[in-house]
Amino acid sequence: MATVEFRVAERPHITVDSEVCRSCITKACVHACPAQLFVPTSDGGVLFNYEQCFECGTCYMVCTGEGALTWSYPEGGHGVVFRRS
Amino acid sequence: MADAVDVVVAGAGPAGAAAALVAARAGLRVLLVERGPFPGAKNMYGGVIYPRVLDTLLPDWWDEMPVQRWVTRRATMVLAEAKALTVEFRGEDWDAPPYNGATAYRADFDAWLAGKAVDAGAQLVCSTTVTGLLRDASGRVTGVRTDRPDGDIRAALVIACDGVNSFLAKEAGLYDEWSLSHFTVGVKEVLALPREVLEDRFNLTGDEGLDIEILGGTQGIPGGGFLYTNLDTIAVGVVLSLAGLRDSGRRPEQIIAALKQHPAIAPLVRGAELKEYSAHTIPEGGMDGMPGLAADGMLVAGDAAHLCLASGIWLEGVNFAIGSGALAGETAVEAVRAGDTSAHALRRYRHRLDDSFVLANHRKLRGAHKLILGQRAQTRYPELACGIAQRVFTVTDPQPKAGMRRWIHAERKRAGVRLRDLVKDGWTGWRTFG
Repeated sequence: MATVEFRVAERPHITVDSEVCRSCITKACVHACPAQLFVPTSDGGVLFNYEQCFECGTCYMVCTGEGALTWSYPEGGHGVVFRRS
Repeated sequence: MADAVDVVVAGAGPAGAAAALVAARAGLRVLLVERGPFPGAKNMYGGVIYPRVLDTLLPDWWDEMPVQRWVTRRATMVLAEAKALTVEFRGEDWDAPPYNGATAYRADFDAWLAGKAVDAGAQLVCSTTVTGLLRDASGRVTGVRTDRPDGDIRAALVIACDGVNSFLAKEAGLYDEWSLSHFTVGVKEVLALPREVLEDRFNLTGDEGLDIEILGGTQGIPGGGFLYTNLDTIAVGVVLSLAGLRDSGRRPEQIIAALKQHPAIAPLVRGAELKEYSAHTIPEGGMDGMPGLAADGMLVAGDAAHLCLASGIWLEGVNFAIGSGALAGETAVEAVRAGDTSAHALRRYRHRLDDSFVLANHRKLRGAHKLILGQRAQTRYPELACGIAQRVFTVTDPQPKAGMRRWIHAERKRAGVRLRDLVKDGWTGWRTFG
């Protein structure tokens, strides 16, 4: 059987500059992220939760806001683990 | 400063494991660095591996490879609104050596293949993320930086097998023409069914497996779907063009949900329990998306080199990763022995790829990606095919059967397919696949 587990690192591997997001009209990350980790905030920004990230890259690829996302892999041994249960 | 190792391989997926295996077998000092807690931990795919490439690398691989089911039936399903047309091939000899394809879990397969590299003498270090390249004043790659304390590793050659996002290839300046149109995202659900129920439902015996590729059924977003059988789970998912997904305003999980509700799919997944939901991006641009493959002191292989074949009827990635990784390993052996790992010396890697199935297939199928993800192939042709099939099999008494010519004409009008486009796409398809 297959299962997915998240070994959450202390440091977020992706950060969002909500200032940049405020001027973004598409906010494609909000619907495109397969893990639904981007949430629009009431002030027009975007809130990101890194804990259950698949590390797939969809968000930075569809993002059109220059400098809105900084993207790296979590520190070794952390983040998503696709494993046998 | 002396190099700690001859070759450092970033990423212990199929490309990295194959590169490390070949280089270590030839006696090189090889360090294989993996950011997951074990090889395969970060890797996700639809579910089928075509291991023919292993015949020379690991003879009798089928006695050892961790397999879920041997694919003995390949089906292509074309979905239209409430209609489906399926073509299925059954090959009983695919259930015996030398086999053709198998479903497998990557946590099993990748760990097994990396284990072969370790057996050959490579040193595997897991839970270690490569964070960047070490370079000298001339810009030549001299090793990698990792997130371990004192984690710089110097090597004569770096082989970047760090996957679809390949930050190493980007850092080395090899991706100068990055385009969103070259990438898709695959999202997948793994659904559990008791083994007997699964085998009854799909008419499978023993370790036989079924592979269904689906065209249409992605709600107008360019892409496709799949359904594969494992031992006691089924993998069902969709692959979506990232540009199409971005512009659609839809969520990927909504597209899977819609596919699972299609009348042709719903009975197959009924009552199955969701075990895993996952996603991964896929390099689908073929030759058009391929980065530079060599820099001074560095080679790129597998998904990192965009060497994944997505051409409609042939959807292959793991074999292309192994093939390119092995050739990177061969090139590494030659270059390290000769004491020359300059980009000029490493161009032999490209020659090897050109002479192998890896780039021969990519050259031949260069146009397939655009054809398959085009609007006509995605929505109009599935409508056309299903519509014609329905007319052929509908009994119209007391009217006599109108005949193929009229049916095709009527359905072409209904689906909005111009004869000119049909002929043009048919010719492109024939040149590509013929």
